[in-house]
Amino acid sequence: MKLPELQKKLISAARTQTVSDHVPYAFEKRVMAYIRSCPAVDVTALWAQALWRSAGACLAVVAVLGAVSIFTPHSTKPAPGDLSQEFEKTMLAALDSDYSR
Amino acid sequence: MERTEAELIAAVLRGDAASFEPLVEKYSPRVFATARRYARRESEIEDIVQEVWLKAFQKLVSFRGDAPFEHWLMRLAVRTCYDFLRGHQRNRESMFSELTDPEEDWLDRFVTQPESANENADAARLLIERIMDQLSPPARLIITLLEIEDRSVKEIAQLTGWSIPLVKVRAFRARAEMRKLLAKMAKDKYL
Repeated sequence: MKLPELQKKLISAARTQTVSDHVPYAFEKRVMAYIRSCPAVDVTALWAQALWRSAGACLAVVAVLGAVSIFTPHSTKPAPGDLSQEFEKTMLAALDSDYSR
Repeated sequence: MERTEAELIAAVLRGDAASFEPLVEKYSPRVFATARRYARRESEIEDIVQEVWLKAFQKLVSFRGDAPFEHWLMRLAVRTCYDFLRGHQRNRESMFSELTDPEEDWLDRFVTQPESANENADAARLLIERIMDQLSPPARLIITLLEIEDRSVKEIAQLTGWSIPLVKVRAFRARAEMRKLLAKMAKDKYL
């Protein structure tokens, strides 16, 4: 079977086919009713809503962190097992030993 | 006095939704003809056209008026039809052994005497419809626009929103996909 020729014939067959542009009765009325029934999409309103929600979440996080920092007891001396102090000491150990010489 | 398209669009943008109705009435035949190229069932066609008009109404603010409204609307229609094809990918594995008698006769005639197989025959139209149904959505869109509607690559790029090289690549792949389907049909029937 000659496939390219068959392809050409079938495409020609599709070209000869007329496509109907018939519109159902009162279709425009139906479309207008559908459009009126769909709520209008307001992109700015959607953005504003999303931003307000995220602002609320941010404020909640700030409040929790603030409360934690206020109510956690502070000591001026570092605790013996303070990780940050131990880390700093380890990192600067070489320098300390150089200066002490 | 009848209002011009530009006046109607301006009125819709000012909030007068009723002014949209004359546009729907005027251009619905074009949109229906386009939708009928991609969908078979009348209920699906009506859904597509309704969707096109809803999008047109919602996106009317993006219509700049530097090109005719019809061109803008047809771009929306083609893209909506493409979305429909992607969303309703039918069972594209249907067998060619399900060919009807007239389709088989037409194919037999093509094999024995290719010149006598008339492209105006209904069987040929049914066969091409069957093949189009089995193409992937981009291949079907490209074959319809390029081969059946005889549009240029540039026009297709504008309608689909694809770049010109992408249209060319997809056209090449679509033809190959169609040849593969025809080969499968020949194999199913004659081997």
